[in-house]
Amino acid sequence: MRPVLHRVVDRRRESDDVVTLALEPQGGRPWPFRAGQFHMLSAFGVGEAAISVSSPPGDAPVVEHTVRDVGPVTHAMCTAPPGTLVGVRGPFGTDWGIEGAAGDVVVAAGGIGLAPLRGAIHQLLASPRVERVFVVVGARSPAQVMFGEDLEVWATRGARVAVTVDVADRGWRGHVGLVTSLLGPLEYDPARTSALVCGPEIMMRFTARALLDRGVEPSRIRISLERNMQCGLGWCGHCQLGPLLLCRDGPVVTYDGAVPGLLLERER
Amino acid sequence: MIRRDVAEVVTAHPLLSGLPAPIIEELAGCARNVAFEAGALLLVEGSPADTFYLLRRGRVAIEVRSPVRGPLVIETTGPGDVVGWSWMVPPYRSQFDARALEPVGAVALDAVCLRTKAAADPSVGYLLLQRVSAVLIDRLQATRLRLLDLYEAPLAR
Amino acid sequence: MGHDDVVVIDDVGLDGLIGALREAGFEPAGPVVRDGAIVPGAIRGVGDLPRGWHDRQAPGHYRLVHSDDRRYFAWAVGPASWKAAVFPPVQEVWRAWERDGALVVSEPPVAGAPMAVIGARPCELAALAVLDGVLGRPPVADPGYETRRERAFLVVVDCAEPGGSCFCTSMGTGPAAADGFDLALTELDDEAGHRFLVRAGTDRGARVLSALATRPATDAELGAREDLLERARAAMGRSLDTDDLPGLLARNLEHPRWDEVAARCLACGNCTSVCPTCFCSDVRDTTDVTGEVRRTRTWASCFDLDHSYLHGNAVRSSTRARYRQWMTHKLSTWWDQFGMSGCVGCGRCITWCPVGIDLTEEAAAIRASDGTFGPGSTAAGAPTGSARVAP
Repeated sequence: MRPVLHRVVDRRRESDDVVTLALEPQGGRPWPFRAGQFHMLSAFGVGEAAISVSSPPGDAPVVEHTVRDVGPVTHAMCTAPPGTLVGVRGPFGTDWGIEGAAGDVVVAAGGIGLAPLRGAIHQLLASPRVERVFVVVGARSPAQVMFGEDLEVWATRGARVAVTVDVADRGWRGHVGLVTSLLGPLEYDPARTSALVCGPEIMMRFTARALLDRGVEPSRIRISLERNMQCGLGWCGHCQLGPLLLCRDGPVVTYDGAVPGLLLERER
Repeated sequence: MIRRDVAEVVTAHPLLSGLPAPIIEELAGCARNVAFEAGALLLVEGSPADTFYLLRRGRVAIEVRSPVRGPLVIETTGPGDVVGWSWMVPPYRSQFDARALEPVGAVALDAVCLRTKAAADPSVGYLLLQRVSAVLIDRLQATRLRLLDLYEAPLAR
Repeated sequence: MGHDDVVVIDDVGLDGLIGALREAGFEPAGPVVRDGAIVPGAIRGVGDLPRGWHDRQAPGHYRLVHSDDRRYFAWAVGPASWKAAVFPPVQEVWRAWERDGALVVSEPPVAGAPMAVIGARPCELAALAVLDGVLGRPPVADPGYETRRERAFLVVVDCAEPGGSCFCTSMGTGPAAADGFDLALTELDDEAGHRFLVRAGTDRGARVLSALATRPATDAELGAREDLLERARAAMGRSLDTDDLPGLLARNLEHPRWDEVAARCLACGNCTSVCPTCFCSDVRDTTDVTGEVRRTRTWASCFDLDHSYLHGNAVRSSTRARYRQWMTHKLSTWWDQFGMSGCVGCGRCITWCPVGIDLTEEAAAIRASDGTFGPGSTAAGAPTGSARVAP
């Protein structure tokens, strides 16, 4: 459970309360990980939080995490200036399964849910077996749309990118509406489509339903689930969701089997 | 000739596709092809709701004007969508502005004509209502979800 | 089990065993009477064991009574299991401090001498096997747990006097010790005298045993053991029908019984504190005045609101949701997660519940109206009925 020291070498603001931290291992290079996996990040003296890796797997000298300021640990992360030492453990959990992707791929993100998908989209666009990549993104407002530069890069590399917001002033030229409304007009072939969905659970549920209604196989819809994670190792018991230990069996799970019931389970 | 073109366009629109040919013929009798420049208003808040648009190309924003925040876009619609349903129920007055975001092509259905035909032949009215209801329910559900502030406010849950 | 495998010692022999283990480098520990309960403690010899003590257990009830019984192990289980011996309630994970501008992170070694447990119960060994499935699970085993677990010397005693809350026969974990021990004892006290039958379960157990003065057990003594176990099976205070139990609970998540039990449950977490398999822990950081940071891992309870904390809220905010999580985890989803039951039938959660909630009774109540209230059920008044109609 001992973290490896990393130095914050860059901090980029994505929106009001979201920053991307580039971390460099002290005296080394980042270890291998797969898109969709997460790390346990320590702010020394504050605590530890589970944060998905938001940069693509590869041989970059830094590994990026996109953090939203929602609690003491993430606040410390979001305000950590370059030079700060943080602790990193991992990588933990399941991934988006990009190696097996082929045909059409629909990537749907809500809010900060785009962060764990960012590396996956990079990889999809480089995969020879993947024909078309559709990226649909929902955000509260135009100011909350993250990774604007990436969205443009992905579009130039052949992804069909669409962004929608819940509300906007007239300066916004994009879509206004629910993220599922972007799925309807997409010309993917359901029989050869897999989908990666990440966002709030309600958003993932409705997005998955829209994909299922079009005929996408439930086993080919992957979603990323989140619960309280304190160890990443399956020891602490906090991340249970029914039969799943999400740090071990998740965060990425397929929609078929256990998940439809789980997402509707009244946990409260 | 023009009438036939409109009928084809009406048939092709998702709202009405698959309806029996005689019904399409009836509805096409109320239809005409229209085009708007970017920025043009299809509907104006407070004005009589006399037109029902079936969008064919271009996107249309549903807007509401606010003295402080300026015009706010509530929703955007595009090809295959419909714009305007205040024509269905009294007082037949548009509740929002509808503005073309880009050059728009649409079928404009005359509301008085539609209402007259629906009243004269309730089976036409029923089928039309059924199709429009499906769109209404879809948009209502999406609106309900947006009310949750899905992406941004876990703390306020 | 042949005759030669089972030998007999008396209480002097047991005392010698404790001494031999101490000489071999173990810290002997066993049941001791403290604060009105039989709990794990350090022992020097048989004199520290709870001779003549019996426990009277029922939902929400535990009392010790003393008699002139010569036996040391004529009781069921106390509130504390041997879990703490392998999984301490508070553990330092690491500490970090600054030295010459650099941050130093240091993990403490596993402290203390190996423990020799004298007088664990079969259900408690079963509980350790359950913990092995969680914390000792490769490829990521908890190293501290593994170390403590591997070096602990375990002497189990067959259960002769089950308590009013016990149901180990239902769970297949007792009253006889089947495996997982270094040595297994059966305590006999009849006209032939007070003595222990001893079996070795491991090579190191056999080595320790071979150094003691023993004699082979007789047929009569082996028969006496069978009789003792048969009486114990008949004396179980409770039973739990395990037939399709995981499925039963999984399909009854909306059963109104959860509301009923939630109305009684105080969400105090006693059941999780006494449970020999509950493994949840919190990981917390603290900083002292010198700036040294210490991360500790502390037993946690799923009855705490913070257990399911996510972005400023608890996912399981109601007592109903938390009780349901605890019970379905023990009896149902543990199978999904670890391939086994999370309950060994020791009955502690029943005895130590301040309001006497009995999970065997709760499971039976759900079974009695299985299928009436689950998702997809059409029963009138089903809690999900109206919600399902809404779009």
